[in-house]
Amino acid sequence: MVMEQKIHYCLSMRDLRKISFLYSDDCPSHHEALMRLRKIMDQEGVTVEIETINVKTNEEAIANRFRGSPTILIDGRDIDPSSSEGFGLACRAYRLEDGRISPLPSESMIRKALRGT
Amino acid sequence: MARLKTGDKAVSFTLKGIDDKQHSLKDYSGEYVVIIFSCNHCPYVQAWEDRMIKIQTDYVPKNVQLIAINSNDGIKVPDDNFSKMKERAREKRFNFPYLHDEDQKVATAYGAERTPEVFLFDSDLALQYHGTIDDNYDDPNGVKENYLRDALEATIAGRKVSLAETKPVGCTIKWK
Repeated sequence: MVMEQKIHYCLSMRDLRKISFLYSDDCPSHHEALMRLRKIMDQEGVTVEIETINVKTNEEAIANRFRGSPTILIDGRDIDPSSSEGFGLACRAYRLEDGRISPLPSESMIRKALRGT
Repeated sequence: MARLKTGDKAVSFTLKGIDDKQHSLKDYSGEYVVIIFSCNHCPYVQAWEDRMIKIQTDYVPKNVQLIAINSNDGIKVPDDNFSKMKERAREKRFNFPYLHDEDQKVATAYGAERTPEVFLFDSDLALQYHGTIDDNYDDPNGVKENYLRDALEATIAGRKVSLAETKPVGCTIKWK
């Protein structure tokens, strides 16, 4: 079972083409979020280069499908597809697995998105 | 950077609270006053909100009054308008006054820039601490430095606060 999961994850990783990290300078959690993303990518063996985008206007936010800082898109898909946040220049509120709100996505949220699960 | 410096006196104000009453700083004379510039929508505020409530609960017996002030433009950020403030306070059961700085004069006078941003005053209303609540917005169990609680303990004991200034961490105040 574990081996099957690993094979599945490896196949998913190989298919990854683009990881975008979008942020606003107004929201201080983006440094930590980027470090967290890189750490999980290392752990998962993902070597795709991260495209970082500094979003400065509402127009850019809408054009880039930016739901607040930080936003992580994996092949264009938000790591939290259940989010009800609209596109716009704001700081992002992530609802964590235990119900708390945080300005940072959790490690497991990033990991799940990378694995495509 | 906050306009007020350690030792400066609090700037007086009278603001409408979510109880529809006017609240003046002088109403709290003789108490240790923690003013926190706050709002509804900011995830940093939401992450710290339960800790704000707990601090008020823990320090009631020590004559500490926490006051939250929302200075954000409610037109630019509809989630921060006065009726939404009432909803948020009810939902979270705030145990402290939540005041509306509609013309943003109080935030300007204090030089506040972020939400949440803390100003702790002693019983003579002299500033003893300014900055952030603690060192971990993401995880209350991962807090290593309880800046506000440490400052409260020192102030109440009549000691100098060892770290009187930290960098406020949060969303920028949304100006008109």
